[in-house]
Amino acid sequence: MKTSRVWKLGADVDTDALAPGAYMKNGIEVIAQHCLEVLRPDFAAAVCPGDVLVAGPNFGIGSSREQAAGALVHLGVRAVVAPSFSGLFFRNAFNLGLLLLTCPEAEQLRDGDAVTLVPAGVQRDNGALLPCQAIPDFLMNMIHAGGLMNLLRLRSQGKHHE
Amino acid sequence: MTPISSLASWPQTLAQKLIARAAGLPHVAVGEVVTCQVDLAMFHDSSGPRRLKPMLDALGAHIWDPHKVVLVMDHYVPAQDADAQRIVQIARDAAREWRLPNVIDSEGICHVVLPERGHLRPGMMCVGGDSHSPTGGAFGTYMFGIGATEMLGVVVTGEIWVQVPRTLRMQWTGQLARGVCAKDMMLHMIARFGMNGGQYQAVEFAGEAVMALGMQERMTLSNMSAELGAQAGLIAADDTTCAYLHAVGVNKEALHNAHQWHTDAQAECEDFHFDATVLSPQVAAPHSPANTRAVGDYVDVKLDVAYIGACTGAKLEDLRAAALVLRGHRVAQGVRLLVAPASARDQAQAEREGVMQVLRDAGAQVLPHSCGACAGYGETVEEGARVISSTARNFKGRMGPASVQVYLASPWTVAASALRGRISDVREML
Repeated sequence: MKTSRVWKLGADVDTDALAPGAYMKNGIEVIAQHCLEVLRPDFAAAVCPGDVLVAGPNFGIGSSREQAAGALVHLGVRAVVAPSFSGLFFRNAFNLGLLLLTCPEAEQLRDGDAVTLVPAGVQRDNGALLPCQAIPDFLMNMIHAGGLMNLLRLRSQGKHHE
Repeated sequence: MTPISSLASWPQTLAQKLIARAAGLPHVAVGEVVTCQVDLAMFHDSSGPRRLKPMLDALGAHIWDPHKVVLVMDHYVPAQDADAQRIVQIARDAAREWRLPNVIDSEGICHVVLPERGHLRPGMMCVGGDSHSPTGGAFGTYMFGIGATEMLGVVVTGEIWVQVPRTLRMQWTGQLARGVCAKDMMLHMIARFGMNGGQYQAVEFAGEAVMALGMQERMTLSNMSAELGAQAGLIAADDTTCAYLHAVGVNKEALHNAHQWHTDAQAECEDFHFDATVLSPQVAAPHSPANTRAVGDYVDVKLDVAYIGACTGAKLEDLRAAALVLRGHRVAQGVRLLVAPASARDQAQAEREGVMQVLRDAGAQVLPHSCGACAGYGETVEEGARVISSTARNFKGRMGPASVQVYLASPWTVAASALRGRISDVREML
């Protein structure tokens, strides 16, 4: 099983922190360079593909700008684990193929921890499991397809073959 | 539009009725995931064509019904640089290519111009490519914000999935004091429930103090449902709703069932009670709308900028409120008062009423009627500035550098604070 490094953030991480308004004119590669710079100036440069973000409650509050989720996808973040998410951010993340795990005990995790994502939740390196809420099948399909765009493409191809 | 369930014996909330109609079902249960037909999709220059067009082209897909789309240019207008110019041009080119019949270009902020042009009516299911889309809920419309990729799904299929929400009903009794308004009610509720207290459920605003509000004040309540973390912020349609819609050209036939869009008496809601009579002006300190207390806790905070702008805080009723405070006075030395009206029509009406002249005479600098500094997209505020603003969000870095300190308040309180150069209780000045 692949382990992931934890990047720990606090509560109420907002979309302006994830995708700052000043860079919204730019493409996702530029926005991603400034992702979370007001909270963790080192984040965008140091995060590695496969890493996991762990945060307090209300992750993703604020704007509808899906670049907030898109920047994390661009940086290769594997999942965000938090006790709760903004509903709008939640939809955007799954639409872009970013896995969000609703985990009541997320805040037990510390920065730099090594964790493994398992079907029931998040497993710590000592084997302890932090359970996560189940995700409906239609949203997991979105993750497996790599986002809504790919699902729409599959659907249009399906029609094409009929 | 008629609720399918209007004769059913199963009592339904307003949210349930709206979703059931759009899903073509007699009734829906809380928690159920249903597919709804979308009556109207709104997007703007930032969230719209520049994101949608490449994806639509890649799919070889087309807009399912251009008559159900409204495109608003409001975020990057007037263009401040070459990038903004390019983004706006993409929107204008797409409007032509897609033959969109409803394009509102540089005439105001989407959430204000949408109802102003009669696009929203009670009973509709609408989505918007902007987080303040719940504003439409003030018209008995189920409207919520979605991101660009989800908007792609809507414009290709005409459908959206919704999980039927619980209804958190905010019951406001009593009567607001002079100088206290919808913005104060909202900040107070956000302080009580937190920025995700709405849990992506439906919030419904009800009670005599809500139904006494005009439509633009109701829009402020629904608008800031976004800051409560609700999916929708609904208000039942009544005579005030119908009078507004009739005045903007919605015909009587389209409104004859408007009064059916309300929560049934026996429907299950989580009720919360508030007394408008005792509400003070409210102020949210940096960097969260939930960081709200009564104005008395923040008096003596010195200010550099007073900003009246945005869909939240610069509609005609907001401009009128500011003018009532500012008439015959000048803002304090060292304070810049910036006013960015929410729409061209509101600005023109404020001009006719002499409201704009009062603001200019008080020293206000009038900015274009667009999103401007609220989103940090247009002109932003200088390093280290202390700002009081009638907008919806004061996140770190939103209105400029991270060092900017933004306090949120009503247009009444912003105007009063501009006069004294520090946060002030407007009730002392009326």
